[in-house]
Amino acid sequence: MATPNHDHHSIADLEAVRRRLAVASIRMTTAAESGHPSTCLSCSHIVTALYFAGLMHYDPARPDMPDRDRFVLSKGHAAPILYAALAEAGILPWDELMDLRTIGSRLEGHPNMRRVPMVEASTGSLGQGLSIGVGMALAGRLAASDRRTFVLLGDGELDEGQVWEAAMAGAKYALDSLVAVVDRNGYQQMGDADAVMPTGPLAAKWQAFGWRTLEVDGHDWPEVLGSLRAARERKGRPTVIVARTRKGFGVSQILADPGNKFHGVPLKPAEAEIAIAEIDAAPYPTEAI
Amino acid sequence: MNLGAAIGLPLGEPTRNAFGEALRDLGAAYPNLVVVDGDVGNSTRTEVFAQAFPERFFQVGIAESNMVSVAAGLAAGGHIAVTASFAAFLTCNAYDQIRMGVGFTGANVKLVGSHAGISIGDDGPSQMGIEDMALMSSIPGMIVLCPADAAAARKLTALMVAHDGPVYMRTGRPKVPTIYPADVDLAIGRAQVVRAGTDATVIACGIMVSAALEAAHALAAEGIDVRVLDMHTVKPLDVAAVEAAAHETGAIVTAEEHLLDGGLGSAVARAVARYAPCPMGFVGVDNTYAESGKPGDVLAKYGLTWQAIADEVRRLKGHGRGGTEPPRGL
Ligand SMILES: Cc1ncc(C[n+]2csc(CCOP(=O)(O)OP(=O)(O)O)c2C)c(N)n1
Ligand SMILES: [Mg+2]
Repeated sequence: MATPNHDHHSIADLEAVRRRLAVASIRMTTAAESGHPSTCLSCSHIVTALYFAGLMHYDPARPDMPDRDRFVLSKGHAAPILYAALAEAGILPWDELMDLRTIGSRLEGHPNMRRVPMVEASTGSLGQGLSIGVGMALAGRLAASDRRTFVLLGDGELDEGQVWEAAMAGAKYALDSLVAVVDRNGYQQMGDADAVMPTGPLAAKWQAFGWRTLEVDGHDWPEVLGSLRAARERKGRPTVIVARTRKGFGVSQILADPGNKFHGVPLKPAEAEIAIAEIDAAPYPTEAI
Repeated sequence: MNLGAAIGLPLGEPTRNAFGEALRDLGAAYPNLVVVDGDVGNSTRTEVFAQAFPERFFQVGIAESNMVSVAAGLAAGGHIAVTASFAAFLTCNAYDQIRMGVGFTGANVKLVGSHAGISIGDDGPSQMGIEDMALMSSIPGMIVLCPADAAAARKLTALMVAHDGPVYMRTGRPKVPTIYPADVDLAIGRAQVVRAGTDATVIACGIMVSAALEAAHALAAEGIDVRVLDMHTVKPLDVAAVEAAAHETGAIVTAEEHLLDGGLGSAVARAVARYAPCPMGFVGVDNTYAESGKPGDVLAKYGLTWQAIADEVRRLKGHGRGGTEPPRGL
């Protein structure tokens, strides 16, 4: 189980963690002069909730504990926020984060499971994570383990046919320990996701594929926490959470850019300072969990 | 990264840029030229064509297998279908679609893999195409091209489009040294002698051609006169040029930004073994994935440098370090 100091019990606490992860993602990519900060920001609530609200069971002291819940970052280009979460959890040293993408560092541009503890899958070629999640959930069943498998996908990533092959397999095997989360930020590399390749109506599609489907505002703490809590419940079939998000959440420089020029583009040092100040200055949400 | 710096070669455009611009220019000459993208047109530079000819550009999203088969369908309708993605995603993800829809059918599809090799650096191994030439060489009838600089990329793009049948060309992300004049005349299947020499030959492709020239320059100072061949067509290989190199210089080193397995070195070794046995050396990615880092750091750590080429030549010539020790890949 997650140690108590990794289970935050107020939204204000969680928001403080989220901001640390968001700021770290910006600082890391700015220092590396490459990477995908906007991709990290859109999933910052989801990643924070999974690791730090008791919604994923793991023990930072035992990253290879067999019954830990699994998290697969299928949209592997969000690696910086995964590394930041592992630092916040005490699995990686904070200092190391600034080595992102430098020669000799295990913190590669995309996650490498052979080099970093609790990176459960090596990703970076989009479209493969949900299939890996299906396999992990099947393995969990064979091991008679109650562990859950969470897979975070990009909305552009859903263009890959393999995602839908995995969706069918997950439904066929009634994998109710498997949870997919779609970071529906509306953008992919070449711009507006619906212009590049319309994937909607998304919820209806997942439902037709046999998945329990929840739609939430991916930046609303109660909705994110509530949906993940609901998704942990085993209901005889896999669950997908379609989270409406904003690519570059919290950073107006990025949000103001309708052309999505910021995909895969780090902020310049001066821009990063403005972005970080903006994140720090944003009012805290007040609801209690 | 300071490719070509040791001999003062000026840096030119990345080969992916030259490809994109050439494709746009060819769009006017070939009204049946169409392009299919998989959400990476701003990386591969097919977006330059898209801006000029939006009605002949098709965006199928992040779906490489679909993308290749769609291109095959367009080719079946009489089009010259160019489709591009990162070399890794294009050749690995869509391999069976290439095998069936392009190779087996002999379709007029041009596959272009950008971000080839390890010189992309920062993004790391999942984005690096280090097996693309091996995979594409294993498609019967496929032509496999690897331009050394921007002028070569422009010329090879034109030759690729003019050729009737399956072609694969790899392009790179970084700026590369200028080796050729803008109007260089290359031919598919004909090696280009970029430096004459009599003591050993370096057969290279892509960014390793400039590294080979740097190595040759350094070796000249040691009294070793090195011939450098740009083997921009890895398949079909210019066997006559290999044979001549073996007979006339007696030692061959290959250099490629690709795995040693199944790429340029393997192809040259087969020709050498069959027609003109001579000592050989190999520079390439040796049975490993690379890692993230600045391009120059990654190339240095994984041994893709002019110094590594020079060491291989010295080893074959019995000079300097290396002696009798076989290269690691064997
Ligand atoms: C198989 C594959 N094709 C192409 C790419 C290049 N690529 C990296 S990120 C990206 C866009 C991803 O969009 P989305 O899934 O919506 O992620 P977001 O950054 O918006 O969260 C693309 C096309 C890749 N990594 N893998
Ligand atoms: Mg997206």
